[in-house]
Amino acid sequence: MNAPVTNEVSQNLATYNFAYLDEQTKRMIRRAILKGIAVPGYQVPFASREMPMPYGWGTGGVQVTAAIIGSEDVLKVIDQGADDTTNAVSIRAFFAKTAGVATTTATPDATIIQTRHRIPETPLTAGQVLVYQVPIPEPLRFLEPRETETRKMHALEEYGLMHVKLYEDIARNGHIATTYAYPVKVEGRYVMDPSPTPKFDNPKMHQSEALQLFGAGREKRIYAIPPHTEVVSLDFEDHPFEIQHFDQPCAMCGAEQVYLDEVVLDDKGGRMFVCSDTHHCESRQAEGHRGALLGDDASTGKEATR
Amino acid sequence: MTAIPQTNTVYEGGFADPVWASQTVFRALMDAMARPGSVQALSDVTVPPAPLSASASALIATLADADTPVWLDAALTKVSAVKDWIVFHTGAPVVSNPSDAAFALVAAPQNLSALNGFSLGTQEFPDRSTTIILQVSTLSDGAPLTLEGPGIKGQARVAPDPLPQHFENQWRANRAAFPRGVDLILAAPGCVAALPRSTRLVSREA
Repeated sequence: MNAPVTNEVSQNLATYNFAYLDEQTKRMIRRAILKGIAVPGYQVPFASREMPMPYGWGTGGVQVTAAIIGSEDVLKVIDQGADDTTNAVSIRAFFAKTAGVATTTATPDATIIQTRHRIPETPLTAGQVLVYQVPIPEPLRFLEPRETETRKMHALEEYGLMHVKLYEDIARNGHIATTYAYPVKVEGRYVMDPSPTPKFDNPKMHQSEALQLFGAGREKRIYAIPPHTEVVSLDFEDHPFEIQHFDQPCAMCGAEQVYLDEVVLDDKGGRMFVCSDTHHCESRQAEGHRGALLGDDASTGKEATR
Repeated sequence: MTAIPQTNTVYEGGFADPVWASQTVFRALMDAMARPGSVQALSDVTVPPAPLSASASALIATLADADTPVWLDAALTKVSAVKDWIVFHTGAPVVSNPSDAAFALVAAPQNLSALNGFSLGTQEFPDRSTTIILQVSTLSDGAPLTLEGPGIKGQARVAPDPLPQHFENQWRANRAAFPRGVDLILAAPGCVAALPRSTRLVSREA
């Protein structure tokens, strides 16, 4: 008996569409996504909308997610690998409210994973879509500030400047010192910014099972990498591309070959390294893996460095 | 088999639930585009006037609006109800010059002589190209095409019919213009596949 009343009230309230964006905006974004998939690595301009969050909080990724998400989808949102930081929690709550979709923190359960600057450690599968929040989509922007020029450089496949930048890294530091937003070449054609993911994650983009979509809200660009696409990190024959290596395992779950965050413990130089991917770390702890600083089992852990 | 009832008026037969229907159709199309040659199921969510097919009309209703000029081939132009249905349900302007079109609807692919009459985009803006929706009767019983490229693990096969004349040569020319070029959407009854411009055809004799 209260249902009709509720309906009447809600009919009189200003409301928003499923997943916040209106249908025409979704159509415009969907068309951009299709072009992005057809030309892997090419940045498709789109009419980015104002979202109820400031630029820099993932408005590009949110718009891409809003355009593709359906009521059957299960959404995971990560911020630097973590499911429980402000940006991740608020975007997850945004879609739980505006689209009524199920959310999860478990990587294998998600159909759409929106990410800020990490790729999950758990390998992605064929049904999944990874949506990146991108601040500066143009890899050449810090080398050439004019959009007219960078557009021409992409058109002519003129990427010598990028190699000069990497060479200057080597000349100054003895090695390529770029550690994040490490430029990649997609399918032998477009040089692309993988968003500020650590270069540790670059190899995961290559021949991925999942579709990867990139949204830059402030810069109004969408680009994409289809599954099973060649993504090569730029390098030199005598200075091949290398990912970061850590000389100790995760202090919480003992994982090796994963990306670790450094956490300062005190003012005497104490520090620990823990998995940046919180779901990966928690599921390993649940499986009984123990790192050095977890406290309840020292048998598997090594001494933490000071 | 009972025929799908055709509507008498162009004002009927649009999406009953636009939000859900367009999202479902788009996800099928996005998966088709991301995995060239794969066949994605498409439910009949629109009832267009013949000869426009249910799947092609669902795709155009999902993609087109006032910002996207639509071009119709001769078979569709002959029936004024088709144009009226598209204009009423999408608001898209129907243009007569194929190079002006964002989307092209082709009911008789075998009569389509040239893919390069459509807009290929520019080297700076390859996205300003025409996406061609071909109405095909099958995706599995035609002459098989072997595909390679982004989105395909190893090789993929699809066998659409009918296709434009000299399709293999036309598609090679389209691929050679990369990143410029047209993208093809193959709308078959109940399913959809796609050939984005990044897809390469493998020679049959190879």
